[in-house]
Amino acid sequence: MNAVFRSNRSLKYFATTCLVGLGLLISTQAQALTVISFGGASGDAMKKAYYDPFIAQTKTELTPGDYNGEFAKIRSMVETGNVSWDLVEMESPDLTRGCFEGVFEPLDWDKLGIKDQLMESAVNKCGAGVFVWSTVLAYDGEKLKEAPSSWKDFWDVQKFPGKRGLRKGAKYTLEFALQADGVPAEEVYTVLATPEGVDRAFKKLDELKPHIQWWEAGAQPPQWLVAGDVVMSSAYSGRIAAAQAEGRKLVILWPGSIYDLDYWAIPKGSKNIEAAYEFIKFASQPDTQAAYSSQIPYGPVNPTAIEKLSPEKAKEMPTYTDNLKGALAMGTEFWVDNSEELEQRFNAWAAK
Amino acid sequence: MATQTMAPPPTTQTSLKTQLRRAERRRKLNAFLLVAPLALFLLVIFVFPIGSMLWRSVDNSELSQALPQTAQLLSAWDGQQPPSEAFYASLAQELKSALANGNIGSLGRRLTYEDPTLRTLVTQTIRKLPDTPETTWQQTFSTLNPRWAELSTWQALKKAAPTTTDRYLLASLDLERNAQGEITAVAPEKQVYIDVFLRTLAIAGAVTLICLIMGFPLAYLLATLPTGTSNLLMIFVLLPFWTSLLVRTAAWIVLLQSGGMVNTSLMGLGFISQPLELVFNRVGVLIAMVHILLPFMVLPLYSVMKGISPHYQRAAISLGAHPFKAFWQVYAPQTLAGVGAGTILVFIMALGYYITPALLGGPSDQMVSYYVAYYTNTTNNWGMAAALGSLLLIITLVLYMLYQRLVNQQTPNRR
Amino acid sequence: MIQPYTSRLERIWFWAFRLFCGLVLIFLMLPVLVIIPLSFNSSSFLTYPLSGFSWQWYETIFSPGPWLESLKNSLIVAPLATLLAMIFGTLAAVGFNRAEFPGKNLLMALIISPMVAPLVIVAVGMYFFFAQVGLLNSYLGLVLAHAVLGVPFVVITVNATLQGFDTNQMRAGASLGANPVQVFFDIVLPQILPGVISGGLFAFATSFDEVVVALFIASPTERTLPIQMFSGIRENISPAIAAMATIMILMSVLLLLVVELLRRRSVRI
Repeated sequence: MNAVFRSNRSLKYFATTCLVGLGLLISTQAQALTVISFGGASGDAMKKAYYDPFIAQTKTELTPGDYNGEFAKIRSMVETGNVSWDLVEMESPDLTRGCFEGVFEPLDWDKLGIKDQLMESAVNKCGAGVFVWSTVLAYDGEKLKEAPSSWKDFWDVQKFPGKRGLRKGAKYTLEFALQADGVPAEEVYTVLATPEGVDRAFKKLDELKPHIQWWEAGAQPPQWLVAGDVVMSSAYSGRIAAAQAEGRKLVILWPGSIYDLDYWAIPKGSKNIEAAYEFIKFASQPDTQAAYSSQIPYGPVNPTAIEKLSPEKAKEMPTYTDNLKGALAMGTEFWVDNSEELEQRFNAWAAK
Repeated sequence: MATQTMAPPPTTQTSLKTQLRRAERRRKLNAFLLVAPLALFLLVIFVFPIGSMLWRSVDNSELSQALPQTAQLLSAWDGQQPPSEAFYASLAQELKSALANGNIGSLGRRLTYEDPTLRTLVTQTIRKLPDTPETTWQQTFSTLNPRWAELSTWQALKKAAPTTTDRYLLASLDLERNAQGEITAVAPEKQVYIDVFLRTLAIAGAVTLICLIMGFPLAYLLATLPTGTSNLLMIFVLLPFWTSLLVRTAAWIVLLQSGGMVNTSLMGLGFISQPLELVFNRVGVLIAMVHILLPFMVLPLYSVMKGISPHYQRAAISLGAHPFKAFWQVYAPQTLAGVGAGTILVFIMALGYYITPALLGGPSDQMVSYYVAYYTNTTNNWGMAAALGSLLLIITLVLYMLYQRLVNQQTPNRR
Repeated sequence: MIQPYTSRLERIWFWAFRLFCGLVLIFLMLPVLVIIPLSFNSSSFLTYPLSGFSWQWYETIFSPGPWLESLKNSLIVAPLATLLAMIFGTLAAVGFNRAEFPGKNLLMALIISPMVAPLVIVAVGMYFFFAQVGLLNSYLGLVLAHAVLGVPFVVITVNATLQGFDTNQMRAGASLGANPVQVFFDIVLPQILPGVISGGLFAFATSFDEVVVALFIASPTERTLPIQMFSGIRENISPAIAAMATIMILMSVLLLLVVELLRRRSVRI
């Protein structure tokens, strides 16, 4: 009984300590710069090329995080006034839309002072370019005897039996479906802008639906390809190249791919705008950009950085001339106007 | 007791009674005061947040917040007369202030639900809208886009003007209001949610049934074995029960994927030549959910069975009943309360599952919770999230009340 | 038990029944057992047969980085949430056992309801509410949310312990001149402590495993271990996950042992 009494007293101490701790927690919220990327292999490369050197050089506290491009998360943060992200990696349609809706801080390019160092498309009202990426058709060269040569082959389950990976969303998926249905790359967005075109894309997707395994995170396609869960997949080019570097025989098919820029954007209401500017400046330098691109082959937005890359590396970039043949530039304007409706329809379609 | 024989003066008796009553009342108050902090805590952090979320299922304030004056005009408008200059003037002024206030995003989203092209119309109009009209605002709008001269555009706006709406609740039942305001079914290609609800019920039902089939014999075995053995075997039930849900989900992916242990061993044993598809589909979801919820079936069944005396069954057998008959007619009926509690508990918990289907299922295996999260996180359609959530909550609450009744009928403490 | 005079059919039935139960038990333990060896695998693929023994994945999770950071966050949030749940839950359970009062059953139903309410609904509700009052993306918000989810366990276990508690002791204490606070700390608490602690352990395990609410209300700064596990599972099931899983399984074993010990010591839980 005595022992219980004693433990009882120590329980009281424990309780008091914890309550004091609880009180302290309310007041001590860390004010580190929170940088959100798409994570995975790209996030790892960012850590090596940007985060760690930035922390070392500026002594700024930095919390990295990742997401899968859910623009809505940022929007609800801003609309409810709880902005905990300071810098986000954005795809161009969401950036454009968010900029118009007032979700992002407009960038003061004079203050940044790097406007003339970057390629033209990297300079946006609310965003500074991070890199050029591409969504490609990828497959495991060891497992497929015959190489697929287009999105038509991707849809051909007779010739290439097995599951296919596609990103769970309307974006890119509809473009690929139209190409599989015979629409040339340069006409994809013209066709997609008509209601008949959208119906056509969904009809084409219907054909493949039972064979599709949907991915959400960019790290999934290379993993599934390696594990043999899927025979082909749409994938972010850099992730595939990263798997190639690990000795995997994954192959990228460049014609029919969709390329675009990702941007750094500052959500409106961020409390670390100064540090965010410093970070953007730091990450746009030729040296840091080259360091990033040698980790994962996404194209630098600082042209000087490209010269610093080895010729072999340069060939892996989405911006390499040969890789751009037959490729399609992301239809930013199209997706700004139609993403809401098409994503909704896609979701209803996928749920059935 | 002693009052009868001693018969004390009536005054003392009443004061004793009031004293007793007062003490009793104080005890009740005391008891209530002890419960009050928790009740208050739950009201603030749990009940109120859920309640205010449910409110969003009928909330329709986007337009009236972004364009207050226009909303008033629209509400007063009969929907037939061509809108007057006042409408255009008010819209011109308020669109600009909405853009400045950051209200344009939520307005655009709200308009998309009425007509997907409305958002583009509004945003494109704002970009080109001059500060002052050349002639009239009506003229200016109509030159920017002829759709502003059409009645249907304004009728759509009018629909978004009231501060409450039933559209989300209707939509979560695959219903909508047509142009005449009557409730009709939505076009077949847009029908989703009835399917999703049926699917949710089907998955929860299948999981419950499998849990019962697997859990009943196990609980019976544990309840009838000697204590030492049954305590040892109980660890097999309790350890998974205490193990993190995410750990178990990860383990199931490792086990079930096409190059995973289950497939490789089946292929190694020569049962199959092609790997089975066990994950990212319904099979994977069911296996993992049964695994997670099975202890919730076994434990209540076990505690009920532990309390059933084996004598009745033995008596039935010694009176000549076949052992199977003795089991079904004598033993099984006594377990009914436990079966009821276990099945409802498992069913309720299964209804709200989100993480397991999200990690182990494909798009056609997602349950209602997934769509609540989807609408909150991916499209900011909070009305839909709240409406689907409300329906799910109602189903859960009804079942929960049933469960409370069943449990209260049993002994007060089950554990 | 099987009797010598039982028929052949009954014997078959008896063994079939035991075989079935054995399979169910294997089904229950399989995932827990399978993941442990993989954490010591030297290859980076989660497949059998194992290619060699290695501690490298434990080095990965225990070197500074997201795993350690999220473990730290969980170890901040879970104990505080547990403490809150224990205080509120114990007081309420004592109150419930002191007297009948109107609305008691309803109140009890309310208190248990966080256990059964769909987590996504709780998460979305708290997300909007916390956003309004400034608790979003804060440790405090997470602590409060997890306390709500853990409190039913404390109420249930303490309630069960109190069933075996003789309330006359409290009257005796009071008649000997102790004030109610003294009565609680010196008479009631020592006796119901096993119940309070096992309820607390349940609450701790709940917070330590909670991912849905945390996904909604935590920012990267408060990223808890379950969030880290979740994004790891979704992105890339590396053996580091198996290593962390093994540690969490060890913790479950520990929790289970403590709760069982407490259960044996107290009269009934």
